Amino acid sequence: MPIDVKIKKGLKLNLKGEPENSIEQAQKSKTVALRPSNFHSLVPKMVIKEGAKIKAGEEVFFSKYSDKTRVVSPVSGTLKEIKRGAKRKILEVVIEADTEIEYKDFGTMDPLKSDSSEVKHRIFSTGLGVFLNQRPYSIPANAEDTPKAIYISAYNTAPLTASFEVVLKDKIEFFQNGINALTKLTGGKVYLGVDKQAASFLKDIDNVEVLNISGPHPAGNVGTLIHETEPLNRGEKVWTINPEDVAIIGEQFKTGKYNAERTVAITGTAAKHKKYFKTIIGSEVSSILKDYEDNSRIISGDVLTGEKVEGDGYLNFFSNTLTVIPEGDKHRMFGWLPFKDNDIHSASKTSLAWLFPNKKYEVNTNLNGEERALVVTGEMEEVMPLDILPMQLIKACMAGDIEKMENLGIYEVAPEDFALVDYTNTSKIEAQEIIRNGLDIMITEVG
Amino acid sequence: MNWIRQKIDQIKEPFEPGNKLEKYRPAINALDTFLFVPDHTTKKGSHIRDAVDLKRTMITVVLALVPALLFGMWNTGYQHYTQLGENPAILDAFLHGAYKIVPMIVVSYAVGLGLEFAFAIMRGHEVNEGYLVTGLLIPMIMPVDIPLWMVALSVIFAVLIGKEAFGGTGMNILNPALTARAFAYFAYPTYMSGNKVWVSEASNIDTISGETILGSVAANKEVTYTAAEMFTGVIPGSIAETSVICIIAGALLLVLTKVADWRIILSGVLGAAAMGLLLNALPSFGIEGNGMTNFAWYNHLIVGGFAFGIVFMATDPVSAAQTMKGKWIYGALIGLIAILIRTLNPAYPEGIMLAILLLNVFAPTIDHYVIQGNIKRRQKRLSAKTVKTA
Repeated sequence: MPIDVKIKKGLKLNLKGEPENSIEQAQKSKTVALRPSNFHSLVPKMVIKEGAKIKAGEEVFFSKYSDKTRVVSPVSGTLKEIKRGAKRKILEVVIEADTEIEYKDFGTMDPLKSDSSEVKHRIFSTGLGVFLNQRPYSIPANAEDTPKAIYISAYNTAPLTASFEVVLKDKIEFFQNGINALTKLTGGKVYLGVDKQAASFLKDIDNVEVLNISGPHPAGNVGTLIHETEPLNRGEKVWTINPEDVAIIGEQFKTGKYNAERTVAITGTAAKHKKYFKTIIGSEVSSILKDYEDNSRIISGDVLTGEKVEGDGYLNFFSNTLTVIPEGDKHRMFGWLPFKDNDIHSASKTSLAWLFPNKKYEVNTNLNGEERALVVTGEMEEVMPLDILPMQLIKACMAGDIEKMENLGIYEVAPEDFALVDYTNTSKIEAQEIIRNGLDIMITEVG
Repeated sequence: MNWIRQKIDQIKEPFEPGNKLEKYRPAINALDTFLFVPDHTTKKGSHIRDAVDLKRTMITVVLALVPALLFGMWNTGYQHYTQLGENPAILDAFLHGAYKIVPMIVVSYAVGLGLEFAFAIMRGHEVNEGYLVTGLLIPMIMPVDIPLWMVALSVIFAVLIGKEAFGGTGMNILNPALTARAFAYFAYPTYMSGNKVWVSEASNIDTISGETILGSVAANKEVTYTAAEMFTGVIPGSIAETSVICIIAGALLLVLTKVADWRIILSGVLGAAAMGLLLNALPSFGIEGNGMTNFAWYNHLIVGGFAFGIVFMATDPVSAAQTMKGKWIYGALIGLIAILIRTLNPAYPEGIMLAILLLNVFAPTIDHYVIQGNIKRRQKRLSAKTVKTA
């Protein structure tokens, strides 16, 4: 019996620049890059050296503190370069791809007929473990843990994002197989969040607890789903994973090949061809995004949580959206007057935007003001569906007060749950960054 | 527009980082951002941002104050001339008031913003817009004849001790505008209370008796004003607090734009009405009461600056309670205590100023208990879990 997850607080952002629902095969990326920073808190130790040959699925680096957290190559080819920053920190590992991908064969395995320890060993030893994200802290899952549940959200409520109905359309068999594997990792349930309104094929997936999601963003965030079903207490752990990565796991179990296919939606008003492209994890941005306007920002991910990348850069490991919006580096005369410039979206009633709830807005990257002291109260609560006091938690994180952070529920949140606070708050406080710093303090102090 | 922008960029050149006037950047930025929303783009976190900023929020409050301010200017002149037995034209009355009040506003802004700029430069942060509201509120709640140097001194006290000593905007415990008024009230009582300060020139011209309604009630004298006059505000009082109609207009703007929290206003009015009703009911319990306790409860709501205080001062988000439940309690207590102070201590016939300042002090405590509720829910969940698994 599906469980309803219905939230009222939040914000549905109607933005221009949605992709059309057609998938195209992207041109092959000449190089791919793996960035350790995509796996928060992971300190990489390289397995192979520059110039070495590697097959798809072979290990590239692993976590210094947990050798079962392994990152494997999405393509076959030659390790071209290890880009390093200050103190020789590894920033990027670039692999030159072969024209024809050669896969390492892991052999097939039917997860339902296998022992859970075998399934777990296979997932972590073959580099599939990094797809799993641990809550609390939003860091790569640790192979030593058994989570109390696993959460997958196949309903993206953030604006301008890929629809999993499109992404998973022809991967449903692998997706089911991946789910079967995940059920072996937890003693509890595997939850799958889907859009309540949609008549989705995802509702027919077996071996999961389907969550029918309705409400504004962040209804589809895994953080919201966890909070509404089995809220995290101190000492507990759950894992989360993106739907397409479940399919990658499923395919690897079925065929023995690590096929790191990523379906990426090109969105945003500054991009010319807004549709879905099938490419490989960590591909060159230029291999799927050719036409976009000058002076625009390319974001690997969505507008609320993504990371800025350059036109000659690479896709992030987890991103399935590439958003291109105009930079907002323009002055706006008397823009601070109430009820002026109503073409810029505002959740605040000091703009008339609320009179047109269905209008689609064009957005840019202007901060629309400057950072100020925290003055206005009550606005963060409007976009926070969790039973969390957002402003008090943010202040506790700023103060680094561990006991207070713990009391106020730091374990239940990830930066993405505060993305709308970033967006709406009057004082232009960087809530996501503050929460990330708070979580990092907890990792070092509490662990 | 472009040439204005270029001109400003030219003027700002010496203030840019690395140039010799860099230290004074916050000051020039404050002026610049009043013409243009800056071209700053998002650097981290969400890549897009809401159109709202603190400037917009604060200007909304200033706009909400305008009806009460304009009415106050007219009423100042009107009270003055009618007490002299004249019947002034609207413009004459208004000009008389403006002649008195505009200099007060200028002094308040000049002194206050001067201090704000100095602190911004000293601490190296941008100038916060909060003083735009505070600086206008301070003259609006003063008696009209208060000397300008007292206004200046009150402003200095409010900004230095009330705000910057606590760490600046967003950190203050007390509402800065009320801090200024309380300072003047206790430092210069002869200019702030009694029956010779509420009408322009009352202390110089003997024929003017400028007693306020609550002053008369406290002295057990008969009130000569009707409830309609109290509601429209054609009565003596602090400069801009008298007209409930204008205050309601401002309140509507603040509540509809969600700049002020309706919970505080509503619970404050309910709290005051409850206390008023209770006191009005004393005779039926066999207690005679005094003129103040027998003053009709609805009249309490429309005189003595209660409406102005609850709409514009109690709702200051920094000094008010910050949690949703806390706001209800905070507002209700302000209402209760304001009327209690009025009736029980005739030395403070207006009551609302001290009630808000008192609750400003207690707001963090109220919040503390509301936050504890959230924490307890979490702990309960954890202990329920431990019991189940154990």
